[in-house]
Amino acid sequence: MPTNISLTWIDYSILFLYCLFVIGIGFALKRYMKTSADFFMSGRSIPAWVTGLAFLSANLGALELVGMAASGAKYGIMTCHFYWVGAIPAMVFLGIFMMPFYYGSKARSVPEYLKLRFDERIRCFNSLSFAFMTVFASGISMNALAKLLHQLLGWNYDVSLWICSAVVLVYVLKGGLTSAIYTEVLQFFMIVLGFAPVVYLSLKDVGGWGNLKHTLAKVAVDPATLDLSTKTFAPDAWTSAWKPLLGGPGANPMGIDLFAMVFGLGFVLSFGYWCTNFLVVQRAMAARNMGSARRTPLIAAVPKMLFPVLVILPGMIAVGLAYTNKDGYHLPPRAVSSSAYAKAVPLVQEAATSKLAPAAATKAISEAVGIKLSEPKIAALLKDNATNPLSEKAIKSAIQGAVIENDYDGIILSLVQKYCPPGLLGLALTALLASFMSGMAGNVTAFNTVWTYDLYQAYIAPNKTDAHYMAMGRIITVVGILLSIACAYVASNYNNAMDIIQLVFGFVNAPLFATFVLGMFWARTTAHGAFFGLLAGTGASALFHATTITAGNVPGIKGGYLAVVQTFPSEMAQNFWLATFAFTVCFVLTLTLSLATKRTKTDEELKGLVYSLTPKLVDEEKSWFLRPAFLGCVLLAVCVVMNFLFW
Amino acid sequence: MGLDIRLPIGMMFTLIGALLAGSGFLTRGDDAMYHRSLDININLWWGIVLLAFGLLMLIPALLKQKN
Repeated sequence: MPTNISLTWIDYSILFLYCLFVIGIGFALKRYMKTSADFFMSGRSIPAWVTGLAFLSANLGALELVGMAASGAKYGIMTCHFYWVGAIPAMVFLGIFMMPFYYGSKARSVPEYLKLRFDERIRCFNSLSFAFMTVFASGISMNALAKLLHQLLGWNYDVSLWICSAVVLVYVLKGGLTSAIYTEVLQFFMIVLGFAPVVYLSLKDVGGWGNLKHTLAKVAVDPATLDLSTKTFAPDAWTSAWKPLLGGPGANPMGIDLFAMVFGLGFVLSFGYWCTNFLVVQRAMAARNMGSARRTPLIAAVPKMLFPVLVILPGMIAVGLAYTNKDGYHLPPRAVSSSAYAKAVPLVQEAATSKLAPAAATKAISEAVGIKLSEPKIAALLKDNATNPLSEKAIKSAIQGAVIENDYDGIILSLVQKYCPPGLLGLALTALLASFMSGMAGNVTAFNTVWTYDLYQAYIAPNKTDAHYMAMGRIITVVGILLSIACAYVASNYNNAMDIIQLVFGFVNAPLFATFVLGMFWARTTAHGAFFGLLAGTGASALFHATTITAGNVPGIKGGYLAVVQTFPSEMAQNFWLATFAFTVCFVLTLTLSLATKRTKTDEELKGLVYSLTPKLVDEEKSWFLRPAFLGCVLLAVCVVMNFLFW
Repeated sequence: MGLDIRLPIGMMFTLIGALLAGSGFLTRGDDAMYHRSLDININLWWGIVLLAFGLLMLIPALLKQKN
């Protein structure tokens, strides 16, 4: 077990102040929640800078913060493609081209836009899959956080889970979407200001960017020392974004090719996520006018572009620190669970009598705990135990000490632990909790809106009073949070179940952008085409997964259970190609079926929903520099410069 | 909607900044405590940054409310 950090009164005071203010915001907004439109859509009254920061923050769950640092360590600066190739162009596209239809159509949610554009079937499909996904996504993220807090701070899993959820519940219940958006802005500043000093201190300690690059060049030639990879790479593999990619899948730690990166991630997955996910689009739809709604993703893109410094750089720094073994720093090892100990400890005790060779014993114990262990260390443990039987506690700690697999998700907290004195420690932990709460509130508010408007009002109880839907919204908020907690427990007990669910997310998300882009920009797209195209696209991704596999995996949950037609160098490559395949199937099929079937909606009905049938938008902003098209061009130009800087 | 968001953000960071800077000031001779932050009294300095940010949010919001 890594040493637990103990918190002092000042750390608790900061945490307490933060909780007080987010709950306070909920109570302050309570008196403005008069109609269901206030509760679910903030009455469309929020300024663009607020919705912009909330747009970013809602997506910045704990998983993103923890996961991006993990990827930064595993893959280096190539991880930035999730931002500079993926998110930024997609956000610009959403702001300039898609927001006019989402906002202008007066749809209250993304599934409702689908209903207005096509018909009920596709709305039902989309809202059901979205409702499931948000609940599970929030549960997975909650489990990850509670586990992390337990491992590193020794906090009780149940207590952190329930208390964090209770805080979110109170402010969402009181102030609805508005309070989620407002607290997301506060959380945004908390996350940035809480992690910035940690990044500054660790970068200073590793000797600045120049020295870090130098160290990472040595790591790239010999990544096996840190158990990062079994292959070797060119010295710039961790520090250039494009050069390793041009060398093909074998030349970069992600194991990915250029096409999958640019088309699969950059186009299909990123546009699919940022342009169609109601979780983020909801923030933009709450803006006070069309101009603000369109500027929302564009404003969010500015900090998003700089975020790699905050979330990816720490992972790279940790690798640099671990390689030079600075002050004894090493990447956090994976924690051995108590159920694994129960199997492993008897093996150690038996080894004393069975006189098993160290290599065979290490193999057996490794298999029992499910983690790679160091053979010399296990051999030493067996020797010690044979001469003088050790206590169970001593054996456990020796097994944990022999772990050589890295727990990449623990990197952020390991840096916090290394550099933060009491005081700053409280601030950094509050920032981590803030990221978690913002993600959860984002999921909960999107879930309650889709449930109430797109499922409850549409299919279960239409034509009720507004007060009825508002009450429903409050009830479903409680239910949503309870369901997320239940999912967190499922995630903590059945790792496999969660892998399957994340897989299903992938299947559902991959083809979605094809439906939207055809629906919005081609008036000829019919409801039959869209529905069956999307269904086939989702099926195609499942089929793709069933027939492909990643090198080194056995057929099963990781794919290839029907047949193995294609083997990919890495899971990420498999993922990106799956998305590309599903998108193409959905696109081609929607197109063909649309041409073969009759349109059910007239041009007049599609006004405001389709590009060619909507009168051209006149920019209401007086100053040219506030116009979305101009802002978008500037953002893309800066983004290109960033890519060249880290070429 | 009703509430000016700069108000709670400003208040919270002013309070947290003052708390952090204050504790940094009181512990300024404690070399053992600040060894981990590379011998920088990070609580004092970062507390001042947070305080400044808090006031920057708070003051315009208060002025606007007065008018």
